Amino acid sequence: MKQGKQSILFEKTPYIRSCASIVGKKEGEGPLAQFFDKIIDDPTFGEETWELAESRFQLEALSLALKKGKIKKEDLRYLFAGDLQGQITGTTFAMKDIGIPIFGLYGACSTMGESLSLAAMTVAAGYADEVGALTSSHLGSAEKNFRFPLEYGNQRPLSSTWTVTGSGAFIVSSSQGSVKIKGITTGVIKDYGVKDSMNMGAAMAPAAADVIYQNLQDMDWQPEEYDQIVTGDLGSVGREILIKLLKDNSYDISKIHMDCGMRIFDDETQDTHAGGSGCACSAVTLAGYCMDKLMKKEWHRILFVPTGALLSTMSFNEGQSVPGIAHAVILERQ
Amino acid sequence: MRKEPTKKEYNEYVEQITPVHSCFMNCVKAFFIGGIICTIGQLIFQFGKEFVGLNEEDAAGYVTLILVLSSVVLTAFNLYYPIVKFGGAGALVPITGFANSVASPAIEYQKEGQVFGIGVKIFTIAGPVILYGVFTSFLTGLIYFLWSIFRH
Repeated sequence: MKQGKQSILFEKTPYIRSCASIVGKKEGEGPLAQFFDKIIDDPTFGEETWELAESRFQLEALSLALKKGKIKKEDLRYLFAGDLQGQITGTTFAMKDIGIPIFGLYGACSTMGESLSLAAMTVAAGYADEVGALTSSHLGSAEKNFRFPLEYGNQRPLSSTWTVTGSGAFIVSSSQGSVKIKGITTGVIKDYGVKDSMNMGAAMAPAAADVIYQNLQDMDWQPEEYDQIVTGDLGSVGREILIKLLKDNSYDISKIHMDCGMRIFDDETQDTHAGGSGCACSAVTLAGYCMDKLMKKEWHRILFVPTGALLSTMSFNEGQSVPGIAHAVILERQ
Repeated sequence: MRKEPTKKEYNEYVEQITPVHSCFMNCVKAFFIGGIICTIGQLIFQFGKEFVGLNEEDAAGYVTLILVLSSVVLTAFNLYYPIVKFGGAGALVPITGFANSVASPAIEYQKEGQVFGIGVKIFTIAGPVILYGVFTSFLTGLIYFLWSIFRH
């Protein structure tokens, strides 16, 4: 059912049948290590290149999610997947031999929210019973694509973030699961004119604030309806901005907000600066940590809001700003 | 949202809350690391001159050679990155920083092939330094040339 301006509350709610998170070594040394399904110490995952390694992460995450959900890949009607590489080749090479109809998505680091939203809509509408939603990122492929070679010496600004290596996969089902996708709010692109690509938190915070604001308006709820509002990779700078922007609009989320990027690494021991980032940052934190909290009934209802910075090296070099996007997904424990 | 800041207000606010490295401490560290690199260079120079019997020109050549080689080896083991992280411009400005900026793309883009990978992308970072370095030398040369005409 359409709700307000940008939201949907599903009449026939889809469920999360199963999910999986696979991460790299650094993530496996971080504070959330115990919540991940698999930690892969080899950054190339036995492959030739960073790009193929990322594809391997994605394929393994999907296989594991299928295994945990006790279903075969043939039972999946659709896949919604994307990543950060140019022309989303990470997804292409992961899924080229699997033989499942696929929609390739680009939402930068908000892809997990985008893929979950579309998977939920597809299932709720009755077009499929089992759908896969997944995404990945890799430090090596992201740095090469957006910044410098890994061995190049430079001083990262304190506002910069560290790309998470890993992949998170979800199986969205019409009937099975203990956590349901109650609704979604699809975000608009927000551009407040931030030009610093090393301060992505500031570029994305307006989009996150806008979609959270719209969700609360559309549902006619106060922030307290949620046990937790989980943003993707705003980092410490972005978090501060988010809280302020929403406070200016008379919503105080400071006590129930967490940012996946700030949780996945410990800046003091891991030297990651403002936090983690990348499509996998929110994906593995949701699949690992947040789903665990929901399953244990420590949380009843959360709003998952992964955030993306919509830039390319070309748009940046041509002097454009860094527009942001965020998508919200309401998850509720049965 | 109902209440949104203007782009100008927002960017001023962002600048105000975004933490930055301490400029003073960066200068101190750069002075320290840059100083060490130059001292090593001077040691090689003196050693070449006094113990190997090289003339000044050859000794200077060996300084460049050995510093560049050391930087490339450190880059290969990803050990130059932490030096720059600490020392900033102190490690970037000396010739070792230049060597790092050439060696690192060579490693990263090797997977894309000898021609389109290493060949095309090896000067991705160092390219501007070479271009504007040559251009600045040209300008300086021109000024020197005009100056020498005027004097006569």
